[in-house]
Amino acid sequence: MPERAPLLTVEHLTTGFQVRDGFVPAVIDVSFHVSAGDTLCIVGESGSGKSVTALSIMRLVEPPGRIAEGRIIFNGHDLLTVSEREMQAIRGAQIALIFQEPMTALNPVFTIGNQIEETLRVHGRATRRTAPQQAIDLLAAVSIPEPQKRVRDYPHQLSGGMRQRALIAMSLACEPSLVIADEPTTALDVTIQAQILELLRDLQQRMGLALLLITHDLGVVAEMADRVAVMYAGRIVEEAPVRALFDDPKHPYTRGLMGSIPGGAPGTRLRAIQGTVPPLGALPPGCAFAPRCPERFDPCPKAPPGTTDFGGGRGVKCYLHGPAVEPQVAPPAPVERV
Amino acid sequence: MTPLLEVRNLVKEFTRSQGLFSAPSVVRAVDVVSFSIAEGETFGLVGESGSGKTTTGRCILRLIEPTAGEVRFKGEDVLAFSRARMRAARRDMQIVFQDPYSSLNPRMRAGDIVEEPLIIHRTGRKVERRARVAELFELVGLDPTQLARYPHQFSGGQRQRIGLARALALNPSLVIADEPVSALDVSVQAQVINLLMDLQERLKLTYLFIAHDLRLVRHICDRVAVMYLGKIVETGPTESLFAAPAHPYTRALLSAIPIPDPAVPRQRIVLDPASFDRTAPLREVSSGHHAAV
Ligand SMILES: Nc1ncnc2c1ncn2[C@@H]1O[C@H](COP(=O)(O)OP(=O)(O)OP(=O)(O)O)[C@@H](O)[C@H]1O
Ligand SMILES: Nc1ncnc2c1ncn2[C@@H]1O[C@H](COP(=O)(O)OP(=O)(O)O)[C@@H](O)[C@H]1O
Ligand code: SF4
Ligand SMILES: [Mg+2]
Ligand SMILES: [Mg+2]
Repeated sequence: MPERAPLLTVEHLTTGFQVRDGFVPAVIDVSFHVSAGDTLCIVGESGSGKSVTALSIMRLVEPPGRIAEGRIIFNGHDLLTVSEREMQAIRGAQIALIFQEPMTALNPVFTIGNQIEETLRVHGRATRRTAPQQAIDLLAAVSIPEPQKRVRDYPHQLSGGMRQRALIAMSLACEPSLVIADEPTTALDVTIQAQILELLRDLQQRMGLALLLITHDLGVVAEMADRVAVMYAGRIVEEAPVRALFDDPKHPYTRGLMGSIPGGAPGTRLRAIQGTVPPLGALPPGCAFAPRCPERFDPCPKAPPGTTDFGGGRGVKCYLHGPAVEPQVAPPAPVERV
Repeated sequence: MTPLLEVRNLVKEFTRSQGLFSAPSVVRAVDVVSFSIAEGETFGLVGESGSGKTTTGRCILRLIEPTAGEVRFKGEDVLAFSRARMRAARRDMQIVFQDPYSSLNPRMRAGDIVEEPLIIHRTGRKVERRARVAELFELVGLDPTQLARYPHQFSGGQRQRIGLARALALNPSLVIADEPVSALDVSVQAQVINLLMDLQERLKLTYLFIAHDLRLVRHICDRVAVMYLGKIVETGPTESLFAAPAHPYTRALLSAIPIPDPAVPRQRIVLDPASFDRTAPLREVSSGHHAAV
């Protein structure tokens, strides 16, 4: 697929939380881009900073959290400098965010139809007269059966999969150009997950969306991604086109994640990664993966590795692949765990 | 040979009141379920959310009372046990829960959590019990110097190990593991799965393994049963069931597993509920492999 000019470019994003002893970064010097028609998957375990990245793009990080550094260029505008009014117009209309738990994003006291109509009207996409039919059409577009009946349902009357579809319908009401889906299928059964992923892929092809899909499941990545960014402890430690990543994972963490997936001969031991993800604010000083890394050597615990660029959209932060020490933006000194 | 556990025609109904004026509705969460597990075997129970897997597990341990059916453990009729006899039987059948966050008492120290079943079952003197707790900590890969910590001071994977140590305290022969790793991070899941396999070898455990993750089930289970709306629609040796699924629901379920290889395109099969008879009885489709078709 030819690379178009990116719709979204994130540069050197650092977002964190103010705690008693100072500022603790949850996202550290993160850069990536997504173009129209392109799917970038961010994959990482819980706490790696995926959701904070998504919230930063939407400028929805609330105190004590704050974006400390970076630029977020969407459609030529730096989202970190536009006014809150402009940002409100962008949210929902041009960038849609789909959450993991659809129940929290839907209002329990209004019907699905009311909520879609409201979204359409707020963004001037429909009038009082046209909104009801548009809502039905949107539910039909996400394959909800009997949409003319379902518009009158309240969120609790829908199954988990239908709620997620309704939320997607609502997100797409204003034909956004970028959709950020934060673990949209994690709470769902595999069969429903498969339907939702298919729906996203189908909508993306029809509407030419740029899709930023956040997940912890490498199976989902393999099915959906054009490109992948692997996140660990707040940093993107490896980025690659999807085939290249699976054919030749370069970062020991990526390799560990792949080894952790059940497969191979039944009953054999999995190649688990030892230890656990370090808690926020207790990052080791050097490579954050060093305490768990089977390939750790001399330079690893001293300073965080910088990015080694392999070309073709491949980059990795690991001393096995080059001597690079992280440039300029050294993270704020780790603070004591509270 | 008698199986270690035999479940016959198990039924569990829940009644839900529908407000003052309408009759309560009855949900059959488990609808005439039968299976048996041989000693040392790992038996997987899979199916979509709400299909009745957890309810089946809880009925076996009589954490809830089944509506009808039979549960035989080592040949004895569990449902006929008196309370005292049931309590004794629970030493031998333990459960590990899905959620390592809510299943441990947050006000108890880890060592006390693991020791509690020993106290309840009046096993050993204080020193012996403490020695046993330390031994259990090592068995599940926890650091015995952390006995005095509280659950919130452990990670999710460590908490699941505490739950496992507690379950193993009384040397059970059957462990019912209800989604033991689904709340854990991928890398930690693999650690706990390896541990479950190691423990099975060392302690000759029998597992009833309830899970969503079919990749995992395929990896560790000897035999599998697939539940759909309270019924087992297919059961058989893992290999045969995965290689030649006979029931439309099983086929749909297996085709939905995301394959972690971008070079393999998925061929998804969509379930058409009208395409099969929900009342069809199980029949043998190949050796030991039954399907309701
Ligand atoms: N205490 C209860 N009262 C009423 N209904 C119940 C109760 N417990 C379970 N059910 C119902 O029984 C059915 C089976 O539930 P169960 O928890 O066994 O499903 P499960 O297969 O374990 O699902 P999951 O994969 O989501 O854990 C569901 O319809 C559920 O709503
Ligand atoms: N409101 C908050 N206050 C303090 N810390 C937070 C808050 N939100 C997230 N964090 C922390 O930021 C880190 C990254 O979180 P998150 O982006 O939600 O992870 P992920 O989505 O990858 O699981 C975690 O350590 C999390 O605990
Ligand atoms: S930098 Fe060192 S510790 Fe970090 S992933 Fe590479 S080899 Fe492992
Ligand atoms: Mg998240
Ligand atoms: Mg359950």
